[in-house]
Amino acid sequence: MSGILSICYLIASVTYIIGLKMLSAPATARRGNGIAAGGMTLAILATIFLYEHDGQRLGNYPWIFTAIVIGTLIGATIAKKVKMTAMPELVSFFNGMGGACAALISLSEFGDLVRQADPASPGLLLPAGVLGRFLVILLGLIIGSTSFAGSMVAWGKLKGKMKDLAFRGQHLMNMVLLVLILGMAGYLLFDMTSGNTYLFYVIFAAALLYGVLFVLPIGGADMPVVISLLNSFTGVAAACGGFLYDNKAMLTGGILVGAAGTLLTILMCRAMNRSLVNVLIGSFGGEKHAAGGPTVAGTYREISLSDAAMVMAYSKKLMIVPGYGLAVAQAQHTCHELEKVLEDRGVEVKYAIHPVAGRMPGHMNVLLAEADVSYDKLLEMEAANEEFKSTDVVLVLGANDVVNPAAKSDPSSPIYGMPILEVELAKTVIVNKRTMKPGYAGIENALFYQPRTSMLFGDAKKVLQDLIAEIKTI
Amino acid sequence: METVIQFFQANIQYLYIVILMIFLGIEVIGRVPSVLHTPLMSGANAIHGVVIIGAIIVMGKAGSTHYVALAIGFIAVVLGTLNVVGGFVVTDRMLEMFKKKK
Repeated sequence: MSGILSICYLIASVTYIIGLKMLSAPATARRGNGIAAGGMTLAILATIFLYEHDGQRLGNYPWIFTAIVIGTLIGATIAKKVKMTAMPELVSFFNGMGGACAALISLSEFGDLVRQADPASPGLLLPAGVLGRFLVILLGLIIGSTSFAGSMVAWGKLKGKMKDLAFRGQHLMNMVLLVLILGMAGYLLFDMTSGNTYLFYVIFAAALLYGVLFVLPIGGADMPVVISLLNSFTGVAAACGGFLYDNKAMLTGGILVGAAGTLLTILMCRAMNRSLVNVLIGSFGGEKHAAGGPTVAGTYREISLSDAAMVMAYSKKLMIVPGYGLAVAQAQHTCHELEKVLEDRGVEVKYAIHPVAGRMPGHMNVLLAEADVSYDKLLEMEAANEEFKSTDVVLVLGANDVVNPAAKSDPSSPIYGMPILEVELAKTVIVNKRTMKPGYAGIENALFYQPRTSMLFGDAKKVLQDLIAEIKTI
Repeated sequence: METVIQFFQANIQYLYIVILMIFLGIEVIGRVPSVLHTPLMSGANAIHGVVIIGAIIVMGKAGSTHYVALAIGFIAVVLGTLNVVGGFVVTDRMLEMFKKKK
């Protein structure tokens, strides 16, 4: 029977690889996701019915199925109900659940380990043969807990329930904490007695704390990078389970995600022209106070709704730059409507998509796809920057940092070096924002004070609706 | 030194798997367009939900009166299922919207 189980695991491993491969191309992505899900279902069912522990089939079926049904109901409901704008925090939430799962497995296995050991022996509690097993239990605990706590903080931050918190010496403290965790783990590994098993739980608590402190100072703009990194952490934690149970499906799936997740994290950093170290140590949110920087001052020009409608209606070529403001206002459908109204008047409308617009790479594409915006109207950054020169009007909808010229001109700016959409090349720029408050990265934007720029304040959806109504009357 | 070599010898299969998987993971998503970063992250997130297998084993091998292991296992299975089901469903929802455009 265990032969069939191995074959099931082999098939599952292959589906993960094929799934990831297909997920990397737009045409096959959805099928790839389905294939990986199928492999996962197979692996789970095979484990329940075929896995043998010490020659015994698994028991407690009622409990296992109850737990799976509960998890499925909750998971599917949240995943189906959540708004497309809340996608990043949801990924973070699910990632945290996986991390917690890995940590709990370690907790339970540690309990077994202690129970099996001879309580009468005063010295080393563990026979040398289980050292490897204990090592992966410890690793699974540390990585899983860190990933769980970190993901929960990231989730809270993206939901807006938690603020960035950076204090002096925080990185030093994080370092000390990490060294402490590893030190305790090493000590426990080689010198565990029945008297110091409590250290295991101290490590557990310390790893949770580390996860919190690790994510807390990192600013909102960098959150996608952090989530992606924690995602690969959880992959490694899952792989630890693979070692623990000699389970190839867990091992391959975990390592695959660990490696792919790490690369994805680096790719995301590259899209922002920053290094991973810079993201983690530089802590965007904390730096802005220290840097101070030249404060952008001056006067900005406001444009009335009817003027804006007029300018747009009589332009030849209009480029829309969507940002998180559009997502928050759930204005993607209204935006598509405006596009249609303008096109009926003969205006050429396109979208300029910055790779990190919104709160995650690709976030804007997902939102606009939801609103039925045609795929070929979406220009990637390089293509868009070529076209701005010949564009009459750029309409910036709730985007800020991705159009901030400071990224090109001001070396002291925290976003210096990030490639941006060069909207200032266009003849007219209309910026829709709710207020003059700085954007997610917390820095001022000189674009708003340039002579070609005019501001159109208000909620993106409301403004777009009013614009559509205005344009129709012209 | 002796122990290190022994360790390698005893775990050589695992080491092969781990190293090959690392290269494979990098290779497989090497040329992903930035459009797909979010769905890909979400899909990878669902795949590491495979950790649920461990949770099922913890629960399935626990003695029926061993309540601590049962409780921990139960919570772990629920959380693992959340990761798997939620991850795949949400990825599918994202990609569904791409599909219409093709």
